[in-house]
Parts: sequence; structure tokens; C-alpha cells
Amino acid sequence: MRIIRMKLNDEQIEALVQENCTLLDFLRNQLGATGTKKGCEEGECGACTVLINGVPMNSCLMLAVEADGQEITTIEGIARNGELSPLQKAFIEKWGLQCGFCTPGMIMSATALLKENPSPTEFEIREAIAGNLCRCTGYAKIVEAISAAADAIKEA
Amino acid sequence: MSLPKFTYVAPASLDEAVTLAADLGDKCVFIAGGTDILVAMKDRVITPEWVIDLKGIPGMDELSYIPGEGLKVGALAKLRAIETSEIVLEKYLAVADAAHSMACRQIRAKGTMAGNLCNASPCADMTPILLALNASVKTFRKHPECGRTIPLQDFFIGLKKTALTRDEIVTQIEIPEPGPRECAAYVKHTFRKAMDIGIVGAAAWLKMDGETCVDCRIALGGAGPTAIRAYGAEALLVGQRLTGALIDEVGVRAAECCSPRRDVGPRRYHRVHPEYRKDMIRVFTVRSIRRALERRGI
Repeated sequence: MRIIRMKLNDEQIEALVQENCTLLDFLRNQLGATGTKKGCEEGECGACTVLINGVPMNSCLMLAVEADGQEITTIEGIARNGELSPLQKAFIEKWGLQCGFCTPGMIMSATALLKENPSPTEFEIREAIAGNLCRCTGYAKIVEAISAAADAIKEA
Repeated sequence: MSLPKFTYVAPASLDEAVTLAADLGDKCVFIAGGTDILVAMKDRVITPEWVIDLKGIPGMDELSYIPGEGLKVGALAKLRAIETSEIVLEKYLAVADAAHSMACRQIRAKGTMAGNLCNASPCADMTPILLALNASVKTFRKHPECGRTIPLQDFFIGLKKTALTRDEIVTQIEIPEPGPRECAAYVKHTFRKAMDIGIVGAAAWLKMDGETCVDCRIALGGAGPTAIRAYGAEALLVGQRLTGALIDEVGVRAAECCSPRRDVGPRRYHRVHPEYRKDMIRVFTVRSIRRALERRGI
């Protein structure tokens, strides 16, 4: 067991974790933050994507102890004061989700993309979410939603 | 898929890391990004008692370019940092291509070039282009002589096996300065556009004098237990004027140079027959040469 400290969604936390616990299991099982989804557990599906210091990574391929000292953002930290982010709103408005399982990971990847590149082309959007699989295959609507969110952020 | 139990240590220096590894022997494994190792541990392909995380060692994540010498890639430099680096895009575009072709952003943000090499998968994407560019691997160990430089072509000694000793750590990958008449490319064959391990990968490096090839290196992934140089194919090109017919012949020779394996291990389900691999080596060798020449503007 080890003590880790991290900033999770702007809140400083401290916890005792097993060394063989992934960041994903730590978030879901120990903190009850189940917004981050558990899909393949081997870095293929992207459902567990979180931001580490603003960079999207698979939390299933990261040990909780590796996250010690880092800033982590999960889907729970995307809405501000109860208000959904432009991306979240766009996913709803454009029907960028069907079963919704891939959505948290998609939102995390897309959030990082729009921060780095506020006007992505369709190709750039598709590339940014290449590591996020949607088993409902609703990619067209997801890409539309990300594109609409980019426009909404620029207009705001 | 839980991880087996292990003890995690994050040494603060190379010295500390190799001392630990020397004591622990084969009970330990090093991780940099850990994107391959953690999956292998979940699959129980490896079950180390100790995981030595190298990420905390300062100064190893740098990418530096020294004119006249070349590019030095720190062992902790992320693939994402490599593929987006301005100097890599300007002078080593084929290296950026190979890094970019791997997995997805999330993995490339964590995975490293050094880790990809040390994993020694026959299909690793960084290997063929680094072999073709005559890269070498700089290591650290206590004895003898605080480490060594291993030419990449001597680095792989078998399937998933490298020349590294137990207490030896890769610290840097050195890629020589590209000359003015040189060109290179890496192409890979996958069934999907993203998130796919290559069936085969081919890299070509050519030094040209007009339309004549004065020197070349062709390196292949997925061609056997380790990535290989296709010496026989290279010999056909050197000193010759490059024609379409000659390049096609080089592809055939490259396929003859390789001995693809039957897939083994837990992930064999999505792989292919060795004969298919061989034929794709032919096709992709030709494409790598053509792509390299296009880059040069022929």
C-alpha cells in the first residue's frame, strides 16, 4: 500500500492505494467516481480516458501510484457549477451518443483536442478520437457534435 | 483483468535503478510508459514481483538535435512529443510518421520510443525506421564502464529479447544526422486505419546521386522473430539506377530475406498466415522505397 496525493477535478485528495491498482479501478472502486468507464482494460477502447495534466490517457494503463502528484480531470470535472460544457451540450443536441458508454471517454479526448486546436478539421477530430471506440458506431454524430462544440466555443 | 501483485518503486536516479535491478535480477521489470508491460502483466505473460518505474529519473525525457551529429531521443520522451516535435518533422519525417502510426493519442502520450524498442516485438513500429536510419541505443549500467552504445542492428537477439543485461537501462536513442542526398520512409500494413498493430512494416533509407542509388538500408518488421535488415534486397539497389522494374525486384528479394513466424501467444486471433506476411513484405518494401523517393522529389 502507498499514500498518493493528486489534484482530482480541482480538488486535492490523498488516498491509500494498492500498488497493483490501476488509476481506473482507483477512481471507480475506491472513490466511486464511475463516470470513467471500464471497457477493454487493455488500452484499445478509450472508454477509460481521463486527462492527466490536460493530456488524454487511458486510466486502465496507468497505475494509481503513477498518478501521484499529477492533476487528473475526469468526466465528473467537466461541467462547471452544474452547467454542462459546450461539448457536453453539443453531444446532447447533435445526438452524439447512443448507448452512452463511450461518451465520457469521447468527451475527454475532445476536450483536450479543442483546447489544443479550437478549429479542428473533420480529419483532425477523427484522428483525436481514433483511440475511442463507439460500439454503436455512431461516429458521424460524434464528429458533428465536436465540430458544433468548436463553433459554439468560438462564438461564446 | 486485475494486475498481479507487485511492489512498486520509482527510483530518483539511474544509479539507484540499476542497483535495485542488479539485486532483484529477473524478479523485476522496468517501466517507462508502461503501456505494453501493464497489458502483458494483466495477461499474466509476465508476473514480476517488482516494478521499477523509471519516470521519476530527471533529464531523460529530452529530445535534442545537434547539427552534424543528429537527434538524441531521451528514453522517457513520449511518442506524442516525438511525432509533434518541429525538428523531427523537419529532419526526420519518417520517424514522426512511424511514431504517429502507432496506437492512438492516449497511448502515444504515455508510451516511449525506448519502451517500444525494449519490448522487442517483431512488429514494433519504431524498429524498422530506426534500423534503416542506422540508429543506436545508449545505455547505462554500473559495470562495465557505466554503459555502452549498442548499434540497433545488434540490439535485438530474439523474439522479445534484447541484448540488454538485467541491470542495464536504455537512456537515449541516437539517430544520425540525415545527409542532403538522403531520403527515408516508413510504411506499414494494417487492416484498420488506426489502433492497429502492423501486419508488416517496411522502412527504406536511400542515398542518391541523381537517379542512382549509392547506398541504402531496408528494414522490415513482422518479418521474423526480430525486425531485420534485408541485406540481400539492399545489395540489388546499391550502385544501380532506380527503375520501376528494379524496385519491384527488390520487393521480391526482400520477401525472400524474411522468415515470418506463425503467431503465438494470447493475441494470435487477429493475425495472419506467414505466407501472407511474406507477400505483404514484398508489397510494402516497394512502397517504402517509392515513398522515400517521392519525399526527395524524384
